[in-house]
Amino acid sequence: MRNGKLLVAPAMLWLSLFFAVPLLIVVLVSFATRTPYGQVIFKFTLANYQRFLEPLYIKIFISTLFTALVTTVITFAMGYPLAYTIAKLPVKWQQPGLILVMVPFWINFLIRSYAWVIILRSQGVVNTLLLNLGLIKQPLALLYNDYAVMLGMIYALLPFMVLPIYVSIEQMDKRLLEAASDLGAPPWTAFRRITLPLTMPGVAAGSILVFISSLGMFVVPDVMGGAKSALIGNLIQNQFLSARDWPFGSALSIVLAVLALLLIMLYYKALQSQEGGASDAKELA
Amino acid sequence: MKEMVRLEGITKKFGDNVIIPNINLTIGDGEFLTLLGPSGCGKTTLLRMIAGLETPTVGKVYLDNQDVTSLAPYKRDVNMVFQNYALFPHMNVEENIRFGLMMKKVPKDEQQERIDQVLYLTQLEELRTRRPAQMSGGQQQRVAIARALVNNPKVLLLDEPLGALDYQLRKKMQLELKNLQRGLGLTFIYVTHDQEEALTMSDRIVVMNAGQIEQDDSPDKIYHHPSSKFVARFIGESNFFDLADGTALAVRPEKLNLCLEADSSTEHPEPAYYGTVVDVVFYGTIDKVFVRLDNSNQTVVAYQYFDDVKRWQQDERVGIWWNKRDEVKVKK
Repeated sequence: MRNGKLLVAPAMLWLSLFFAVPLLIVVLVSFATRTPYGQVIFKFTLANYQRFLEPLYIKIFISTLFTALVTTVITFAMGYPLAYTIAKLPVKWQQPGLILVMVPFWINFLIRSYAWVIILRSQGVVNTLLLNLGLIKQPLALLYNDYAVMLGMIYALLPFMVLPIYVSIEQMDKRLLEAASDLGAPPWTAFRRITLPLTMPGVAAGSILVFISSLGMFVVPDVMGGAKSALIGNLIQNQFLSARDWPFGSALSIVLAVLALLLIMLYYKALQSQEGGASDAKELA
Repeated sequence: MKEMVRLEGITKKFGDNVIIPNINLTIGDGEFLTLLGPSGCGKTTLLRMIAGLETPTVGKVYLDNQDVTSLAPYKRDVNMVFQNYALFPHMNVEENIRFGLMMKKVPKDEQQERIDQVLYLTQLEELRTRRPAQMSGGQQQRVAIARALVNNPKVLLLDEPLGALDYQLRKKMQLELKNLQRGLGLTFIYVTHDQEEALTMSDRIVVMNAGQIEQDDSPDKIYHHPSSKFVARFIGESNFFDLADGTALAVRPEKLNLCLEADSSTEHPEPAYYGTVVDVVFYGTIDKVFVRLDNSNQTVVAYQYFDDVKRWQQDERVGIWWNKRDEVKVKK
């Protein structure tokens, strides 16, 4: 056992050097001051956090949360049936099904985002097709709006929802459904009362993965949203790269991280109280 | 007796694999019938066809004189106790039991009444808010039975319900189940591979082998008058003495008597066989004496109680005899 503990040393060292220390630096910088030329000087201030409370930034923040929430809900609505269908395939077709879900990962994310641009732009695949079919006279503005950003996010994050849900459905004891049927539950009722509650951990895991990932997403809004649609990820990226305002960028990052943590905690709390049986009992009675 | 379940010309195939070639079976109302056989003999498949969880490839299933062959499980008036209980892990005891009543839209106050009744019957009143994971195997077993019983099914199907319990608890639950069935006058169809369990609990035993019925009789008949070598071997231990006409005589080890080779007393019949003791194994209440018969490779076993003549030693020469009424002629 004593020797076994040594085995975690490399990982601990790695994490403290490349995760804990940088995180600490970000926290420190978020309380620092910026000179007019973009230099960071360590003079303590709360100004960076106060600046975040300006309506412009609050608005961006809220629209980021909203986009993340909608992305999560839609990936759930699309991902659950897909995961369920794959889990119910004959065993030899399940693996190919999962691989098809994961195939997009084999191509660089940036390239995939630009592929969407080619599909959606005014002279793109969709518009050209519709024009040639005579269904429209003017190209549709499919790109560079909030819907395009949403589409790109859902496309990018759907696998993160499908995989955990698939695992939880696949692991569920199938005899429970036989028992439900034996006790008089038609298939839909058995799904609602047995399968769905028992696969909630998978749904929770998928939702957290998708939600957190979409909070920090900046490539998709950049490429598919154009200048119109800035999310918090783009804002942070700008502070570090173009605006050269590291302290403000750091403050934004910390706020985002804290918020994400809080949401995860809330989600688990909610899930636990549901598993605690309180809501079950109410529903059953 | 009124008929409750009738299986007519049942054949079941999985792909090219014939599990059950052809079975006809009628089960009476209030009967405790056990399907007994080794694993893979088709007994569970047969049970699942009555529950509706499998559909026969050919043949009909009647429940209370109604053809239910193609009726979905959730529309059948039978309930099953599953081998590993299949309790809903996200519901407590009471919610598990309430599930069936809710599905049948039983009024709420009646639900509560029936739940309380069945909790009392299965001695689970103290545990009603426990989750399955917080209970022992024996307690989970009771919940599984309560969950099925509360629906007042026409037939209760039990698929090796005691298989996961330890020996002591199993013995206790056997008696409890039997009393429950008698008290309620319910029809039980019970699947097990444990012959002792079958003998203890059943009104009638159907011994199955390779998807076919070997013997369908009372426990007493099954034990004392097995119709085939398979049944005699499966139910308890048995010795077989092959006859010239292709049949064999089956004699239970407790009915086999040993005497010294030299002993030609007239108090017992002339020994039919002679042999050498190869092993004596102590079993608490008995000694199991293994004897190799002369002129063959066959070894037979005799149970000797300690108040019998003597305790046998290895390498002793013995004669083997039995009373005519203790032998059963069986097919090979």
